[in-house]
Amino acid sequence: MPIRTAYTAQIEYLQILDENGQFDEKLGKDLLAPEEVVFLYQHMVTCRALDQIAFKLQRSGRMGTYPQNKGQEAAAIGSGYAAKKGVDFLVPCYRENAALFLHGLPMHYVLLHWMGDERGNKIPEGVQQLPLCIPIGTQMLHATGIAWAFKMRKEPRVAITYFGDGATSEGDFHEAMNFASTFQVPCVFFCQNNQWAISVPRETQTASETIAQKAIAYGMPSIQVDGNDLFAVFKASREAIERARGGGGPSLIEAVTYRLGDHTTADDARRYRDAQELEMWQGKDPMIRLRKYLVDRGLWDDEKEAAHQEKSKAIVQEVVKAAEGIEKPSIDDIFDFTYATLPAELEAQKRTLRTSSLGQDPEQAGLQGEAQRA
Amino acid sequence: MANLTLVQAITLALQQEMEKDERVVLLGEDVGLNGGVFRVTEGLQKRFGPDRVIDTPLSESGIMGTAIGLAMAGMRSIPEIQFEGFLGPAYDQLVNHAARYRSRTRGAVTVPMTVRVPVGGGIHAPELHSDSPEAIYAHSPGIKVVMPCTPRDAKGLLISAIRDPDPVIFFEPKRVYRSFREEVPEDEYTIPIGQAKVVNEGTDLTVVTWGATVFQCLEAMDNLPEDVSIELVDLRTIYPLDVDTVVQSVQKTGRCVVVHEAPKTAGMGAEISALIQEHCFLHLKAPVQRVTGFDTMMPYYKLELDYLPDAKKIGESVMQTLAY
Ligand SMILES: Cc1ncc(C[n+]2csc(CCOP(=O)(O)OP(=O)(O)O)c2C)c(N)n1
Ligand SMILES: [Mg+2]
Repeated sequence: MPIRTAYTAQIEYLQILDENGQFDEKLGKDLLAPEEVVFLYQHMVTCRALDQIAFKLQRSGRMGTYPQNKGQEAAAIGSGYAAKKGVDFLVPCYRENAALFLHGLPMHYVLLHWMGDERGNKIPEGVQQLPLCIPIGTQMLHATGIAWAFKMRKEPRVAITYFGDGATSEGDFHEAMNFASTFQVPCVFFCQNNQWAISVPRETQTASETIAQKAIAYGMPSIQVDGNDLFAVFKASREAIERARGGGGPSLIEAVTYRLGDHTTADDARRYRDAQELEMWQGKDPMIRLRKYLVDRGLWDDEKEAAHQEKSKAIVQEVVKAAEGIEKPSIDDIFDFTYATLPAELEAQKRTLRTSSLGQDPEQAGLQGEAQRA
Repeated sequence: MANLTLVQAITLALQQEMEKDERVVLLGEDVGLNGGVFRVTEGLQKRFGPDRVIDTPLSESGIMGTAIGLAMAGMRSIPEIQFEGFLGPAYDQLVNHAARYRSRTRGAVTVPMTVRVPVGGGIHAPELHSDSPEAIYAHSPGIKVVMPCTPRDAKGLLISAIRDPDPVIFFEPKRVYRSFREEVPEDEYTIPIGQAKVVNEGTDLTVVTWGATVFQCLEAMDNLPEDVSIELVDLRTIYPLDVDTVVQSVQKTGRCVVVHEAPKTAGMGAEISALIQEHCFLHLKAPVQRVTGFDTMMPYYKLELDYLPDAKKIGESVMQTLAY
């Protein structure tokens, strides 16, 4: 019996707008209207400005640890824009702020979160997303469950979940992919492969050539895209989202991008990362090429750029004001959301701000005793 | 002797054990080239090479599970879990496997592994970077739980942990990582697991604590009236617990306040109170008082200092227990 091939597969790579601003007219045809591209570029500029300010807030002691999104905006915006606002559901990690804002998250919420304030997680009514997710990879299973519920209720809605290259090493990633595909739920797995998981490079993370190919094992369509190319990201995301909406099941998108900043403000990437590598990727910045695209087509110029930079500055100032202007949460906040109804013990802890029985019962407390002692 | 921080003392212990024992290997996220996010393994990969100081894929279950295999196969594995909040994915491997192998094989298979984990709050960290889960592991038979708070204790206890024939979870209070220095002997030495330390001798009341709150207790004691004499006990090891030291102290003082960062209910304070009740019933002049975290999530950092036991809360509780 001759040996036969049991299975073959290949992974496609999609790029439409390259780092030099070259645009593939055929692949990019009718993808986005000129005014949409202008709008998305403006959003990118504003998000970059916010990211920069967030970094400075941390440096000046006005905010805690912050993970910069810099350099990954096309991945967030292209995918976020492909999802239907108010209908589709975003399940993020923490490096796709721009997508969350597109779907209605007030910008100062993200600052509040990193300022150590849970109110930044209180997603406003009607905004279809979960808050940032700190533990790596756990959110993908929740997205799968959310998508499953959409399917059970026959709602034409899709969940899209974001995660990094590092997250693909967690068991949760594989479990989520397997469940999603086995039950054919409308979930899009969007990997921002920014080449690093803190100090661990992509090659240490997995021996497979691409992350996209991991989908093959789960019987799920996948694609690798230039994650710094807004058009490629948008096209691949829209296809995956609409396939899911139409009952075609989940997909995996690997967006090849780069973390232009440190992992977080607590990190110093110079310890482990080549300056040359960084420089190379700075040239692939999604914002630079998108601006070039617009300028080449007469849709943008220096004047518009200056005006929008000013506008972004003003927006960001308001956002910072909103985040910093809010009063410190009351100590009751520690207790009030632990359960729908506080158990008696917790109620007592809240009332007395003490944890000991001696302190919780004023009659029994040492007040009289203290008087005796005196 | 050198004047070291907690971080440096731990690095030194790791280095010395690695020099002495070829079986010792470190594995975890960012422990190699980057020297760990807290720099605890700084310089060790350079010294011992990437085969002994290993950057792993991002998977706590993977790190813990393979560290178990390494240990079973004759290595002395030292996995690092980057923050206590990420023990979750490794829990099954640690509690259901590492802890149980000796027992379920009637001693044929053992897991001499030391799990290093930064622990506790007070450093303005993000969510799940500030918890105190020691009671969970103390409640898991088969695992030893160690939490030193001074550089000297950390070095001696870590060396003991590495040489211990059973799995040890070694919690490192991150609030103390760089906030306190002391002279640490250059030479290797061990401090036995399971021995508490009387930090301060006293006669009126015993304060039992461990980890970063030792320093909050010391601060509270500084602010107490001069005629109040406090005996401060740092458990250092959470399990096996040094019952003798606690009992002797409370039999002498008749009063006890237990302080910990973790939530109150089913925290170690409950266990210690029960032990005192069993061993010191007739010596007690007041109920044992607990000053602990609330039975809530560890809040994000804007409120973390309102959650954690501090010198003021501890001082008040001490005075009330004294006055009882
Ligand atoms: C379960 C878990 N383990 C470890 C960490 C610590 N940690 C935070 S981010 C990170 C790297 C994440 O890398 P990747 O998934 O590629 O996302 P990126 O930060 O590059 O966007 C690690 C190890 C964590 N937050 N959660
Ligand atoms: Mg990454």
